[in-house]
Amino acid sequence: MSDKPVLSFRFRLSHGAFQVALAHDIRLAGITALFGHSGSGKTTVLRVLAGLESRANGHIAFDGTVWQGEQPRRSFVPPHERAVGYVFQDARLFPHLSVAGNLAFAESRSRHRAPVSDFETVVGRFDLEPLLERRPDSLSGGELQRVAVARALLARPRLLLMDEPLSALDTPRKAEILPYIARLPEQFGVPVIYVTHSVDEVAYLADEMIVLSKGRKVADGPVGETLARLDLGPATGRFEAGVVLEASVVGHDTEYRLTRLDFGGARIEVPMLEAAPGARVRMRLRARDVILAKIRPEQLSSRNIIEGRIVEVVEEPATPFAETLVEIPGGLIRARLTRRSVADLGLAPGVAVFALVKSISLVGGITAVKS
Amino acid sequence: MTDGGPVLLTLVLAAVTTVILLLIGTPLAWWLAHTRSRAKPIIEAITALPLVLPPTVLGFYLLILFSPNAPLGGFWVTLTGSTLAFSFTGLVVASVLYSMPFMVQPLQTAFEQIGREPLEAAATLGASPRDVFFSVAAPMALRGFLTASVLTFAHTIGEFGVVLMVGGNIPGRTKVISIAVYEHVETLNYAEAHMLSGGLMLFSFAVLVIVYALNRKAPLHVG
Repeated sequence: MSDKPVLSFRFRLSHGAFQVALAHDIRLAGITALFGHSGSGKTTVLRVLAGLESRANGHIAFDGTVWQGEQPRRSFVPPHERAVGYVFQDARLFPHLSVAGNLAFAESRSRHRAPVSDFETVVGRFDLEPLLERRPDSLSGGELQRVAVARALLARPRLLLMDEPLSALDTPRKAEILPYIARLPEQFGVPVIYVTHSVDEVAYLADEMIVLSKGRKVADGPVGETLARLDLGPATGRFEAGVVLEASVVGHDTEYRLTRLDFGGARIEVPMLEAAPGARVRMRLRARDVILAKIRPEQLSSRNIIEGRIVEVVEEPATPFAETLVEIPGGLIRARLTRRSVADLGLAPGVAVFALVKSISLVGGITAVKS
Repeated sequence: MTDGGPVLLTLVLAAVTTVILLLIGTPLAWWLAHTRSRAKPIIEAITALPLVLPPTVLGFYLLILFSPNAPLGGFWVTLTGSTLAFSFTGLVVASVLYSMPFMVQPLQTAFEQIGREPLEAAATLGASPRDVFFSVAAPMALRGFLTASVLTFAHTIGEFGVVLMVGGNIPGRTKVISIAVYEHVETLNYAEAHMLSGGLMLFSFAVLVIVYALNRKAPLHVG
């Protein structure tokens, strides 16, 4: 990608009592997550961008091309002329065509567009060679989605829209497909807008995120900062709330099967990773897995003790809980405590604390090895 | 076989009617399957009318419409020099209207079963609406097309009342099987009546077996 394309949209669409109204300008690079609970309007936004909701009113422009306009008169570019790829939640392969037929369908209709990649490359990257002659109804959920992503790429999109492509899959299948998706922007030069309600997927895949709630945008920005915001609790979900930190691999302890990570001077040990020293990793740290102490604890099973300072405390009225934001050398982390603990320890902005992280809680949370 | 004329005429009439209805009924069924228009129930009712009306009523109105004094009938006379009534063309027009529901309803059901999902997927892959119809919707509705065509063909073969009203009994032009059977019975020529009736019954039975067999088979693959 030479220039990062700009997507700007402002539109309004009503489905009975439910209304989605959104305005946003974004310079698309890598994967942008469109995040929110079910019913927040994420899918509707994606459909409007693709041109599948002709009743939406507003203005949408991508990379200098107006897809939908109101001035000077109403204009609407139909979906097949927008050059967007769309990966649906339910794959939507054509049942009357083989896998190869599905892929060829997309490729043959996009020859006039700038190539994203050729047939053989896409088939190779998604390991589809053994599936080419199969019928969609004989494929597993994970295979269906791999074909669906490959098919969308062969349509040579300038923008790839993905609507919860993993939601129908079980955890092992998700883990199988996530790496394919994470590599898309780098391998194919296509920016991706990725709809999901999973914080894990956001942490793994996305660089930027837009948070939706009840059809409105409630926040946007880099994933790390946005997930660290305490005021977004209702939109991001309390139980899964947490932060994403970037760290580098310092070394491995082969005897105890541990990997040492460094982020901005703070060091922690995690279960051994398959990453060379110096590699950058992303680590998702959930607020509920962090413990705070006023003095440095000793003779403790947890070996991950990070010095920090409290930035913010938000007590949740009528619940036992409070959320705290702690500044550590490598960024910000969140800790979910009881209000009672906050009161007993006198936790308030400026107070120095030690954050404890149990290594085991990070299993599965350190995922994307960013290049 | 002393009387092959009516059989051939009937087959030609049914074939022509089926082809015309494929051309007219397909866009109509497509529209009915996808429209959000408030006119939909009205159009559906009009399409289904031949199912409930006695064929003689339909034939009666067509006869009036075909009259050289009526606008349509008069226009046809100035255009071709002959009347629509008691002609093969008139029979075709009548059969198209009479068999309309047998083409439109199975097609509409088939299109509705496909749903919008594959069509949207095709559009995002760069297929124009026409392309979407021919490359995705039509192949996916292939069984619907087969069922609708077979039913239309068979239903046209079995029509009697409309033909009697509009076509009369002119050998080689409007004398189809059902009319011939009627005539043979009237003239107590039971042997001929048996031949034609038995043949029609076997044919109709075979057609229905084909339709039901098509409806229970796994999805048809064409690609």
